[in-house]
Amino acid sequence: MTFTIPIDNGDSVKNAEADSQRTLYPYVTGTSIVAIKYKDGVLMASDMGGSYGSTLRYKNIERMKAIGKHSLLGASGEISDFQEILRYLDELVLNDNMWDDGNSLGPKEVHNYLTRVMYNRRNKFNPLWNTLVLGGVKKGESYLGMVSMIGVSFEDNHVATGFGNHLARPILRDEWHADLSFEEGVKLLEKCMRVLLYRDRSAINKLQIAKITEEGVTVSQPYSLKTFWEFQAFHNPTAGAQGSW
Amino acid sequence: MFRNQYDTDVTTWSPTGRLFQVEYAMEAVKQGSAAVGLRSRSHVVLASVNKAQSELSSHQRKIFKVDDHIGVAIAGLTADGRVLSRYMRSESINHSFTYESPLPVGRLVVRLADKAQVCTQRSWKRPYGVGLLVGGLDESGAHLYYNCPSGNYFEYEAFAIGSRSQAAKTYLERRFESFKESSREDLIKDAILAIRETLQGETLKSSLCTVSVLGVDEPFHFLDQESIQKVIDTFEKVAEEEEDGGEAQAEADAPVEQGGAGDQDVAPMEM
Repeated sequence: MTFTIPIDNGDSVKNAEADSQRTLYPYVTGTSIVAIKYKDGVLMASDMGGSYGSTLRYKNIERMKAIGKHSLLGASGEISDFQEILRYLDELVLNDNMWDDGNSLGPKEVHNYLTRVMYNRRNKFNPLWNTLVLGGVKKGESYLGMVSMIGVSFEDNHVATGFGNHLARPILRDEWHADLSFEEGVKLLEKCMRVLLYRDRSAINKLQIAKITEEGVTVSQPYSLKTFWEFQAFHNPTAGAQGSW
Repeated sequence: MFRNQYDTDVTTWSPTGRLFQVEYAMEAVKQGSAAVGLRSRSHVVLASVNKAQSELSSHQRKIFKVDDHIGVAIAGLTADGRVLSRYMRSESINHSFTYESPLPVGRLVVRLADKAQVCTQRSWKRPYGVGLLVGGLDESGAHLYYNCPSGNYFEYEAFAIGSRSQAAKTYLERRFESFKESSREDLIKDAILAIRETLQGETLKSSLCTVSVLGVDEPFHFLDQESIQKVIDTFEKVAEEEEDGGEAQAEADAPVEQGGAGDQDVAPMEM
């Protein structure tokens, strides 16, 4: 893979070629992921939409996948880059299994590996256009972390990507506490996803919730949230803003 | 082993299916000064004999820290040992950087063995002339491995390599069944006692041996001379009380043994 930092030498053909070798903009994108630690492990929610710009084009995209025995990866951003990352991780997990020696990659190791990959790609000006959420449980310890497309990486008790950072995190900051039960956790995530559904134009009403515990990963069947559109403010939405401005 | 027409090249088989150069490399390990390793469920102790070239020089370092959770003791060509230790440190730190978690010792040992094997199958290389006792931790606890110049590796409860290691091995064979549940202190004591066996009558002093420990909650480190001497004192005293007259006799005999034939034949590069 060759790339040149575009210099103005009038050779636009060469630059165009070089540019086509690296990611400049995302095309098919997934929206927010929201995840929280709870009593038995980690809960993660995402919708199943893949937007093509402003078109809600794909409605059956699974944006959360199990990695090895101990981890769950959720991604927002460019779907094809997410698939590429899954290929890298597939190879990683395969090699880890081939050792067959009682050692296995835990969520911390996977998270750090991903951080290295994302940061290295960013340094080459060819990022994987995703924000990744990595959750897992190993030997009773829960782990939840995030990596952005520029390689910013951290762990927390609750994380969200994209719009989720602005709409869901404030709810979680107020209402998350340690040792949530499974039901409490799901209710909390649904509350966040409902707000996102109302306010994020790239969200669709078809979501999955995944849970990871010491036993392993389960991803729920897709389902929809109940919404309410009879709020007074929706009856005459332009009441406060008549006229052209 | 006699000189024969199949031993010039490492890539030449003998008619009986042996690679003599590899076997000669294993001989080099036997000439180096002794190193022992033992492990319990949670700790590994590596100990070695410090033999200096002459009274004027310092002794060569034979035990190296590879990472907080892995240590290696060598016997044979120390230069080869140093190079391999550097390789191990590099592998370990690269893994830590990528995964932020310690490299399982079993995986390091396999990479080391594969590296040694390459040298047994290239006509322009020679086998490494050093045996390595690798002690370290992984998810299932503490492990001790022995890496051979042939590219083989084995896991052990306890092992000794180098000159006069057979005496140490005999001692360890008698006691190894208790090592798994041993306390850290008992493990250290057994390591020093095993070293003493290789000295064959020479008085055991803390200046003569190096001892290192690593464990599940204890990063790899060397024991200082004081601590080693304290352990030696606990059993030397007992020995003195038991064999009053005998000890005096042994001390008189020791100086004769020290200048023994074995040491004078040791090539300068092998310690």
